[in-house]
Amino acid sequence: MDSAWSWLDVWQGYVWPLLVMAFWSVLLLTLLLVIIAFLLLLDRKVWAAVQMRRGPNMVGPFGLLQSFADLLKFVLKEPVIPSGADKGVFLLAPLVTAVLALAAWAVIPVSENSWGKWVMSDLNVGILYLFAISSLGVYGVIMGGWASNSKYPFLGSLRSAAQMVSYEVSIGFVIITVLLCVGSLNMTDIVNAQKAGIGTKLGLPNSMLDWYWLPLLPMFVVFFISALAETNRPPFDLVEAESELVAGFMVEYSSTPYLLFMLGEYVAIVTMCALTTILFLGGWLPPFDVAPLNWIPGVFWFIAKVVLVFFMFAMVKAMVPRYRYDQLMRLGWKVFLPLSLLMVVLVAGILQYGVYAQ
Amino acid sequence: MNQLLLDYLPIAVFIGVALAIGGALMIAPFLVAYRSPDPEKLSAYECGFNAFDDARMKFDVRFYLVSILFIIFDLEVAFLFPWAVAFKEVGVFGFWSMMVFLGVLTIGFIYEWRKGALEWD
Repeated sequence: MDSAWSWLDVWQGYVWPLLVMAFWSVLLLTLLLVIIAFLLLLDRKVWAAVQMRRGPNMVGPFGLLQSFADLLKFVLKEPVIPSGADKGVFLLAPLVTAVLALAAWAVIPVSENSWGKWVMSDLNVGILYLFAISSLGVYGVIMGGWASNSKYPFLGSLRSAAQMVSYEVSIGFVIITVLLCVGSLNMTDIVNAQKAGIGTKLGLPNSMLDWYWLPLLPMFVVFFISALAETNRPPFDLVEAESELVAGFMVEYSSTPYLLFMLGEYVAIVTMCALTTILFLGGWLPPFDVAPLNWIPGVFWFIAKVVLVFFMFAMVKAMVPRYRYDQLMRLGWKVFLPLSLLMVVLVAGILQYGVYAQ
Repeated sequence: MNQLLLDYLPIAVFIGVALAIGGALMIAPFLVAYRSPDPEKLSAYECGFNAFDDARMKFDVRFYLVSILFIIFDLEVAFLFPWAVAFKEVGVFGFWSMMVFLGVLTIGFIYEWRKGALEWD
């Protein structure tokens, strides 16, 4: 017993690796949350700039500490639990939303270099895991709306469930078209597959013309718009349409339960930005493989692309008026679904019989 | 540790840490914030009125229809995942069998479109 199963074996085989995993998890989550705090400020600043306002500018230089002040305020606010609510489910819902949104980041690779892959778990079914986790996000909304036992949250959660579910389908088809080109579910493979493509054929190897946004341009657009709808961003924020439903499923929430819903929403948005970056914008690959650009570490390019996509999300929020619910459903089921289904068939046909067939 | 554990244990640890952060945020105001409950404050919000009746009311059957349609198409996507990954291996036969499968589903889709299952007004 002692010789085969000593404390040293347990320490080296299980405890130490677990501690290392916990360390990297804490580091990644902390960095993620700090980056999201500043992205939230960016969102508000862009919105303000479009409306010729200044946005938050009191807390810290240029309002940089605004999100942290908000966090402090949320923690010190009185948590109200309505007397008619199912208390357990009511408190579980925001936790589910936030934790599921954060859980997606376990498989998102941020960079790859001689040190290895910069990812918590280099799962061979990475994108399937991500797809599954983002589908589960709808549970938080339904639980919150149902447990509140109030009319606005109830209507908001019904709408939200139907909306998130509708656009889930077209996101699935878009992911399929990318997978057809890659032939792997691993996220790192998806990025590495974008090193060769149209740009290489045109004589610009390893450039931004190789990335999938160019050959799959219609799918890139469909994915971006579906990501807006999936994360309940304006112009598809019918879930919390403040002119009709006050705040949708979040009406009865206050203090940190509300904060966790907002956190989950923004983490889901940044996850969708990261997914757009990985599927279509070449992840951590530099836009051109020339001297000053490829010296910069990959993680910088990854964050830069995520921020760029997030900036587009923020601009859409600021500029586009809100959709009506029947228009939203028509767009999802009658435009995006047939279009993405057709593109799956088209991409598969071209790969099988077209000029790229081997 | 074997490869399976090395792949999936980090995810479990990661979710555990996320749960700890979320839980800590959730509990914090119950410990530090000032609380003064009041029947008016704790009643359901309904634009200033007292709630007329129970909020768990009847709702439109179209939401139900949408969820049924979602199950069909999401299953379709789930079938497409392994096919897309093994696309180069399954060859021409695999390509055409999936086209037949998609064709059958497209006929169903056209049927439900013509029946008006996708209308919202």
